[in-house]
Amino acid sequence: MASPHPNGPRPARLTAGSIGLYAFLVVAALFFLLPLYTMVVTSLKTMDEIRLGQIFALPATLDFSAWATAWSGACMGTVCVGIRAGFWNSVAITVPSVALSVFIGAINGYALSLWRPRGSSLLFGLLMAGGLIPYQIFLYPMVRAMANINLYNSVPGIVLVHVIFGLPLVTLLFRNYFVSVPEELCKAARVDGAGFWRIFFEIMLPMAVPMVVVVSMLQFTGIWNDFLLGLVFAGRDNLPMTVQLNNIVNTTMGERTYNVNMAATILTALVPLAIYFLSGRWFVRGIAAGAVKG
Amino acid sequence: MHPKRKRNLAATVALLPTWFAAIVVYIGTMVWSIRLSFTDSTLFPSSNYVGFAQYAKLFSSSKWIASLQNVLVFGVLYVAGCLALGFLLAAALDRKVRFESAFRTIFLYPYAMSFVVTGLIWQWMLNPTFGIQASIRSLGWESFVFDWVVNRDMAIYALVLAGVWQGAGLVMVIALAGMRGIEGEQWKAAQIDGIPVWRIYVSIILPQLGPALAAAGMLLAMGVIKTYDIVVAMTNGGPGSSTEVPAKFIMDNLFGRQNLGLATAGATVLVLGVIAAVAPFRYAMHMRNRPRGAA
Repeated sequence: MASPHPNGPRPARLTAGSIGLYAFLVVAALFFLLPLYTMVVTSLKTMDEIRLGQIFALPATLDFSAWATAWSGACMGTVCVGIRAGFWNSVAITVPSVALSVFIGAINGYALSLWRPRGSSLLFGLLMAGGLIPYQIFLYPMVRAMANINLYNSVPGIVLVHVIFGLPLVTLLFRNYFVSVPEELCKAARVDGAGFWRIFFEIMLPMAVPMVVVVSMLQFTGIWNDFLLGLVFAGRDNLPMTVQLNNIVNTTMGERTYNVNMAATILTALVPLAIYFLSGRWFVRGIAAGAVKG
Repeated sequence: MHPKRKRNLAATVALLPTWFAAIVVYIGTMVWSIRLSFTDSTLFPSSNYVGFAQYAKLFSSSKWIASLQNVLVFGVLYVAGCLALGFLLAAALDRKVRFESAFRTIFLYPYAMSFVVTGLIWQWMLNPTFGIQASIRSLGWESFVFDWVVNRDMAIYALVLAGVWQGAGLVMVIALAGMRGIEGEQWKAAQIDGIPVWRIYVSIILPQLGPALAAAGMLLAMGVIKTYDIVVAMTNGGPGSSTEVPAKFIMDNLFGRQNLGLATAGATVLVLGVIAAVAPFRYAMHMRNRPRGAA
């Protein structure tokens, strides 16, 4: 690979250094794009074409039948209904989970930064520590507890689980946002007789709309991409798209239809990718904000 | 009584659900799991305490030992790979290149995809019969071998490859943000001194990005301990036990093999692993911040 850094002073025009720089960037871009390209071309080929073993070749003709099969006919074991059900399950799980966790996260961040009732820093510390703990240690007792309140294997159950395990991230992001809000604003409103909720709904929440957008996108992507919690808590009838995708692709029955597998994979990646490509800079802001916490 | 106390009542009430989650769900279930790890529970929880027997069994299991070794190899290479590639990409983009935002979009998009999707894409790319290996061979290089996913000795590196592809963009974003925050004065001074550009990045920029890169590294390391989806999708632990990881070992014993005591013992070890990984970092941060606060 070429050296990424040109030697000597900043090049004014085309030099060996800047050629090396662009060569590095282009090679890197190819490395990152190749899987996406491969996935798309594979999904548009017929199985006969795939068997030729030319993974990077363009399809001879555009054949969308694999997409149709992936959506409504691909098999998980003996059940052949495609990934459609998983898509709608993921929508049913993700939308309420995001709405609830963003709402609770905004309240938490607001209360923890501008009101700081007793025990605030303890609660925040607990949440941050909880956010680091691997889910495996929570799983079994959670399953038992959810079963006890009849929420195990249900959509409300998995939504509750996502909201609970999303608390550390959403609380952190909103707390960091509201910490930067001048405290005088809150104090002035209090002097005018506004209470906790009125200040929240009339001043703070409208002001925090950019953060709401960022957190929503992060949570949406995170929950849509979840595999472990969906697998454990959603139940057979509500399995999210990621779990169904894995069942389709890694099913051992019959011949593997790689074109259908790749079409199903694209369909599963489509929603987070759309969010990413449509909102690029917001997404970047979100992951940067989430990462700084350390 | 302090007048503030009464006003804070609403705030206290608003935080109650979160208190409940923190105490009952986080702490409560963790204590429950740790307690189970000291019992002989199999399919159902039992209250027959057996001391550290489950831990002894765990560490005499060759599969658990293999999974620890695997996650260590994967973790070190994955974090190092993401940091190195991410830093290089950021440094390259920092050189005022054309199409910067297009490149940035390309380098970061895999981070929006799930580990399941990442694992499945790379499983297909590395498929020895129809994938990259077959394509290169058909070009005439008959002895070309790129069979990592089905090769016991190489499968773990296939996971690293897929992981770095997915995660390097995150480091790039964090490093680039850090580089943009470094003053132009330092650049001018270094360039007047005739220091080569690569030396400026290594000796001047890199040390200043230390905390940001450490944070990114820790974020990735947290992910390593939780590694599960990508393994299930890409290799399912195989071939043999060559890509077994602790999180998968625990899941298999929890839900597949009905081995509750052993699984919770494994989960407890995992939590201890997280504490061991985070504590030094936290301590370093604490020590860094203290003198600055005092001055």
